[in-house]
Amino acid sequence: MASRGFVLTRLPGFNGIALGVFVALYLPIFMLVIYSFNAGKSVALWEGFSLQWYGIAWANDQVKDATVRSLYLALSAAVISTVLATMAALGTTRRRKFRGMTFIYVMINQPLMVPEIVSAVALLIFFAAIKQATDYQGMGYLIAAHSAFCIPFAYLPIRARLEGMDLTLETAAADLYASTWQTFRFVTLPLLLPGIFAGMMLAFVTSLDDVVITVFVKSAGQDTLPTYMLGQIRRQVTAEINAISTVLLALTVALLTLFFLLTRKKG
Amino acid sequence: MSPAEQELVTRSARNGWLLSAPALVVLTLAAVGPLLIVVVYSFLLPGKYGNVVWGFSLDAWSGILYTRDIFDGTLALADAHLSIFWRSVKLSILTTIFTFVVGFPTAWFIATRPQKARAMWLFLITIPFWTNLLIRTFAINEIIRNEGLLNSTLIKLGLITQPIEMIYTDGAVFVGMTYVYLPLMVLPLFAAIDRFDMRLMEAAYDLYASPMQVLRRVIMPVVKPGIVAGSILVFVPSLGAYVTPRLLGGGKNMMIGNFIELQFGQGRNWPLGASLSVTLLIVVTGALLIYVRYANREAGNGQ
Repeated sequence: MASRGFVLTRLPGFNGIALGVFVALYLPIFMLVIYSFNAGKSVALWEGFSLQWYGIAWANDQVKDATVRSLYLALSAAVISTVLATMAALGTTRRRKFRGMTFIYVMINQPLMVPEIVSAVALLIFFAAIKQATDYQGMGYLIAAHSAFCIPFAYLPIRARLEGMDLTLETAAADLYASTWQTFRFVTLPLLLPGIFAGMMLAFVTSLDDVVITVFVKSAGQDTLPTYMLGQIRRQVTAEINAISTVLLALTVALLTLFFLLTRKKG
Repeated sequence: MSPAEQELVTRSARNGWLLSAPALVVLTLAAVGPLLIVVVYSFLLPGKYGNVVWGFSLDAWSGILYTRDIFDGTLALADAHLSIFWRSVKLSILTTIFTFVVGFPTAWFIATRPQKARAMWLFLITIPFWTNLLIRTFAINEIIRNEGLLNSTLIKLGLITQPIEMIYTDGAVFVGMTYVYLPLMVLPLFAAIDRFDMRLMEAAYDLYASPMQVLRRVIMPVVKPGIVAGSILVFVPSLGAYVTPRLLGGGKNMMIGNFIELQFGQGRNWPLGASLSVTLLIVVTGALLIYVRYANREAGNGQ
């Protein structure tokens, strides 16, 4: 028997389990993507290649409506949360630790720690009272809620970028009589930009994916793509959901790839 | 410190607060503030058509464990509630254990790849992590439901004649949660293993340790912070899970998250929903605090 040679880090059975995990992780997603191109209605019987479910989803006004709303919401929340997170990151990095800094951290990361269902219920109660008092039923509630829970996702990559940045360039700018604003505008901001884009992308994906908080906060007729899908899956009407899922998957993977290219360490 | 330096420090702190203020305002209005209102609502009375009636009451808190008999008004332990809590805890613990059992070899596998391949394997774990949880749960749904891929295949192969009822069971919720939360276990484990000094393994083998002994006595103790972090990251969202049990567990196999939702829908008992939410929040915060204390102690030992 040929010896395979001793590999120090190999542990018995580990490679097998790991490869099994990768297969198990991707098989259901692949199946979903493949059957979105199925000519038949079934999710288990392959009847030939077709794009009909994409056509049906595209022609569905509810889907169109939900898609536009999802994109509008995710874009608004991403922009707002990224602006707020950038300011907060500038306020909490690269300066001497001050009283209340830990409090600010906890506040910013709070949406990551509280179970989503609890946040959802809290927002339902709060916004129900405001809806009653003001009669306003618009998108403002969803935008506010999404902006809030996207802040930590935008904050973390921006902060990481700031902490890795070289202070000497800004000192040099100040030495050359640049004003604080000029230093920020022409030195700090351009250096920070990849972090800001990365943060905005994560915020966008996070908002686009949200189901629980949206279900509780939305007013009647404000379905987003995920809440529309949730309703359809519950009724086991799923053929067009395969197509919608595939499009969302492709979008997420594209954004993530971009994110990794932006945050990749040089060298 | 000279007065000038003192002045600089004060100004730096003031700027820090000013820059953080807009984010803090939004978080207070749309995240933290509403949580405080939930606490208030848990001490109120339910309205007839949902919402609340203003009046102090502890009913919502006793309602977590007890129900009032509709005929004679006596209190009795609410078995239905207890079984929901038990299911939530049981499934969350099982999910945590199982994601660890399969997640550890996976993290080990990734961490021991050559530098270039490692980034690719890591990316493969990260994609599901950022993929919509609803879509991933739906993918499982499509495989295990009665007309799903698994049952159809088994029927076509002639192994069974009737579809096996897999969906809408506790097992389905367990499989679904393991599937969706696995990356949360693998990522911190990978971070810990990545820092592990492989020469320790070499030394152990030189001293005639078996692979099992190396794993239990050398690797595990060193990567323990990663194990704790992964377990917390899986346990916490499992306990508060909503989408996965709703889709895969159906109406009968509720977990706490679905039970809370019920109080704001058909249950029409907002105060009970509020007290349940606060309870869940306390348990989760407790778990996180234990983790933070543990992490701090570890950091202290490391110095």
